[in-house]
Amino acid sequence: MTDEPMDGDVTGPLNEGPAFPDMMNPGPVDPGAPLAPLPGHTSRGRLERILRAGEFAVTAELSPPDSADPMDVFERASIFDGWVDAVNATDGSGANCHMSSVGVCSLLTRVGYVPVMQISCRDRNRIAIQGDVLGAAAMGVANILCLTGDGVQCGDHPEAKPVFDLDCMAALEIVSKMRDKCELDSGRKLDKAPELFLGAAANPFAPPYDFRPIRLAKKIAAGAQFVQTQYCYDIPLLERYMQQVRDMGLHEKCFIMVGVGPLASARAAKWIRGNVPGVHIPDDVIQRLEGAEKQKTEGKKLCVDLIQQIREIEGVSGIHLMAYRQEESVAEIIAESGVLKGRAPHAVNPVIPEYMQQRFKVQA
Amino acid sequence: MRAVRLWSVRHSHGLMKLYDVFEGLIMAVEPVVRRVGYDRLEKPVSVVENGIKSAMFDCQMCGQCALSSTGMSCPMNCPKNLRNGPCGGVREDGHCEVKPDMPCVWVKAWEGSKDMSNGNILDVQRPVDHRMKGTSSWLRLMRQKKDGTYPRPATSARGDAGGSITP
Repeated sequence: MTDEPMDGDVTGPLNEGPAFPDMMNPGPVDPGAPLAPLPGHTSRGRLERILRAGEFAVTAELSPPDSADPMDVFERASIFDGWVDAVNATDGSGANCHMSSVGVCSLLTRVGYVPVMQISCRDRNRIAIQGDVLGAAAMGVANILCLTGDGVQCGDHPEAKPVFDLDCMAALEIVSKMRDKCELDSGRKLDKAPELFLGAAANPFAPPYDFRPIRLAKKIAAGAQFVQTQYCYDIPLLERYMQQVRDMGLHEKCFIMVGVGPLASARAAKWIRGNVPGVHIPDDVIQRLEGAEKQKTEGKKLCVDLIQQIREIEGVSGIHLMAYRQEESVAEIIAESGVLKGRAPHAVNPVIPEYMQQRFKVQA
Repeated sequence: MRAVRLWSVRHSHGLMKLYDVFEGLIMAVEPVVRRVGYDRLEKPVSVVENGIKSAMFDCQMCGQCALSSTGMSCPMNCPKNLRNGPCGGVREDGHCEVKPDMPCVWVKAWEGSKDMSNGNILDVQRPVDHRMKGTSSWLRLMRQKKDGTYPRPATSARGDAGGSITP
């Protein structure tokens, strides 16, 4: 490993303590306390600060457990600690039921992690979504990413009713209105607006290709401040997309983080290509894996190569690592790629309440 | 009726011109409609509107027609009811993630909108008001245009809308 994570931050303002320390009763430092507000920032979270400071940001995806045990969340998060700037909590990804993103994020903020809460429009209507935004913000969530969500047909409950009351664009617009105008979509005023850094998803790798940058422009108009893309395995396609994005000046209005992830084998790649909506894997990627002696190692090497190429593309502000079922390789991939350039993201070293550490399991 | 729906998208330019004439016509008869009463005309007009638009666009009668912003491809035929563009799940052959044998409504919308000079595909559409389902969007348009209450898009990617990455 080349980049050993160190304690603390390198970017100045991040070192400031909690915004409102209680002088009379200092107590232990609250790891989940919001950072001091900064001009030009809409949230009090670390991710926005890192990106606005011009650093190349790294985020990773946490797949929520099929469990009611908080330790299952903390264990998954600890793998990334000190290596990433934020952790995405997915919302029923692939239309499979898991612990809710609100629940995961509430646990994460409690011990000081930086979550990006994903909100999918598939399972909840506008009443539930706005309620979750308020609840999450109250629990210290500073980053919210709105997406449409996969169709129910591809998950474990294909018989469920798809909601899609809002589309991701409407969700973005409504959440940014909650933040900026301090009101619900109904027009009813909020007593306190949520302070948020708002994100969206983007897929440059699905048709209609020439519409994709325009869709990004619409998302920016609707309130997206950062986007995380679908898995990138096709650099020329990404370059074409980014060319259009730069021509439209969108990279100056929104932070673009490109999605990457290691493929476990050629077989896995073929399965993903055939079964996960919106993932484009070119044939030469599969051939490269097939030709390798150790496919898993080659998959990681491929991921490192992709990160190094993506980092060089003008207008890209970071990467988003989705290492589904290979979470343990995230640190290795980040170190290997040198993408942090010696920077050490904030390490939480969480103090987890004792009662949560006692893992009661129901005896079968 | 998918064949007709796809024909309509291919002829979006002509249909848009036809629609402009139609909008002029209905605005001309608005005073008559007002005198007879919007409520009284709701039922017969929505039946006629449903008949025509179902045949041509597979219209789902959401009551807030967005065809002029969607290249004459009805967004309510998208299984996710997306009104602002294609989701990330579009297959490489341009077909729908949920219904693999159906061409993506938004792939078609984008094709159709290229032929429509006054298409508003860059506007961010407000979410659907589900109370309007089954009602006539022609009557609503007529009334709102006359009263000056025709809703403007929530926001639009036209011009220099929003965003900056520097503090």
